Amino acid sequence: MSAIVKLVAQRLALGLLLLLAVSVLIFAGTQILPGDVAQSILGQSATPTALANLREELGLNDPAWLRYLRWLGGVLTGDLGTALSNGQDISEAIGRRLGNTLFLAFWAAAVAVPLAITLGLVAVRYRNRWPDRLISGLTLASISLPEFFIGYVLIFFFGVKLRWFPSVATVYDGMSLWEKLNAIALPVTVLTLVVLAHMMRMTRAAILNVMQSAYIETAELKGLGQFRVIFRHAFPNAIAPIVNVVMINLAYLVVGVVVVEVIFVYPGMGQYLVDHVAKRDVPVVQATGLIFAAVYIGLNLVADIVAIVSNPRLRHPK
Amino acid sequence: MRIPVSALIGLFFTGLFFLTAILAPWIAPYGMAEVVGNVWEPPSDRFWLGTDNIGRDLLTRMIWGGRTTIFIATLATVLSFALGAFLGFMAAVIGGWVDQALSRFVDLVMSIPPLIFALVVLSVMEVTTPVLILVMGLLDSTRVYRLSRAVAADINVMDFVEAARLRGEGRGWIIFHEILPNALSPLVAELGLRFIFAVLFLSTLSFLGLGVQPPASDWGGMVKENKEGIVFGIWAALVPAGAIAALAISVNLVADWVLNRTSDLKGGRGG
Repeated sequence: MSAIVKLVAQRLALGLLLLLAVSVLIFAGTQILPGDVAQSILGQSATPTALANLREELGLNDPAWLRYLRWLGGVLTGDLGTALSNGQDISEAIGRRLGNTLFLAFWAAAVAVPLAITLGLVAVRYRNRWPDRLISGLTLASISLPEFFIGYVLIFFFGVKLRWFPSVATVYDGMSLWEKLNAIALPVTVLTLVVLAHMMRMTRAAILNVMQSAYIETAELKGLGQFRVIFRHAFPNAIAPIVNVVMINLAYLVVGVVVVEVIFVYPGMGQYLVDHVAKRDVPVVQATGLIFAAVYIGLNLVADIVAIVSNPRLRHPK
Repeated sequence: MRIPVSALIGLFFTGLFFLTAILAPWIAPYGMAEVVGNVWEPPSDRFWLGTDNIGRDLLTRMIWGGRTTIFIATLATVLSFALGAFLGFMAAVIGGWVDQALSRFVDLVMSIPPLIFALVVLSVMEVTTPVLILVMGLLDSTRVYRLSRAVAADINVMDFVEAARLRGEGRGWIIFHEILPNALSPLVAELGLRFIFAVLFLSTLSFLGLGVQPPASDWGGMVKENKEGIVFGIWAALVPAGAIAALAISVNLVADWVLNRTSDLKGGRGG
């Protein structure tokens, strides 16, 4: 048991180190590149005096490492700074939007994960027959389709022509859960379709892998039914890789959310990030970029740890 | 050699898209930025696909937009391959701290979602075509690096490479004469997938307003321009969105076939 604890602790420490390195990279990406924040705020026609004043005000005259440490210190104490474009407190603005984004991502995951696993099991049961082929074909199609294609096709048919769901996903505090779910029905569908295929295919592969074991053959030769063999014998051993796939796809979901939020004008983190990239509001971009990266790294880390805990073979490196 | 039907369809449409992109100046019926009709006219004899959000011919915009999309995506793919394969081969052949440093840096870059990283960088840079190609190419070269390094590391331990080394050949010679020819088929198979990624990535950036800047436009930008029409039941935005999907699916069909073929070859040789 202590071996596991040690390995998990190692992974966590590595994850934190990675996050620190990522924060350096994100900071460097916005600071060292040939582009000046003061210049981009004021535009090309700014007078030298105005530029100098703004640089002073933003602390741009300090060396980069000092500015980085100041920023990192702020992030660690929950102070993400203020937005350049409107002087708003970033932590406060993000707090509300993060909740909205997680709400959207949660429901997408709640629909996509069970559906993908069920379909993956069906594909294994009917492997190389038409349900399996259909699923493979859909996978190929869905990795080629941009989110906005799926999004606008859904809006066009279900939002505009049939009027089943609103085409703009507005949520606010006073809404009941049911109203909120109705509002996010279309974005959730898009996100589900985007991650479904990959998850389905990997689930299928994971179970097929287990299906080649000798004990499965024994179960089959005992005369057990196909579904029973898959559910009771193969599935438990395939859980670890499946959880791994689910986590990786959830990480992707967090990124896919950026585009989907813009399509449906949803008041979340993605929309906030994109808006402020256009406004060249560097503090907001840094803060949101870091949060997106942290969630992404965190989910990948969970995938890693689940793999270690559930698969004893990974606990003893060669 | 029998080419499967799906690959033939893919090849045909991929060829058609590229041909249209190359011939754009000669086959586009109107000027790219020319306002020729009313806003969002339905398809007619004069405008086969109708007009766009400010009355430009949609077909003309589609042809020029495809040219922009394919041009930028192709260059970004070429850059990512040149850089990624070169560094990947170097890391595998030289090994030691060079390999460690490059690989750990690539791990770091890949731990940030590419779209987020691109948005961070584009927030401080002037968005121009060369910048877009550079950002997309650099970000995507990490994936090519990982593949090339893995493939080259396998080849690097083979007897014929050892023989070349004992003969006294330099690292450069080994990379170009021994590793590159043998690593080519898995890399070619990857090429199609990277191109699709570049197309989708560029389209997404332009859709978000951070890619190709107006009045020039690629397909992703055209979706953005026409998206307001959707709620009035005008499908102008679906045309470029569908074209992106069609291009990606066509290239995917070809890439799938190449991938199967190269893995068959490998199996045949290795026994």
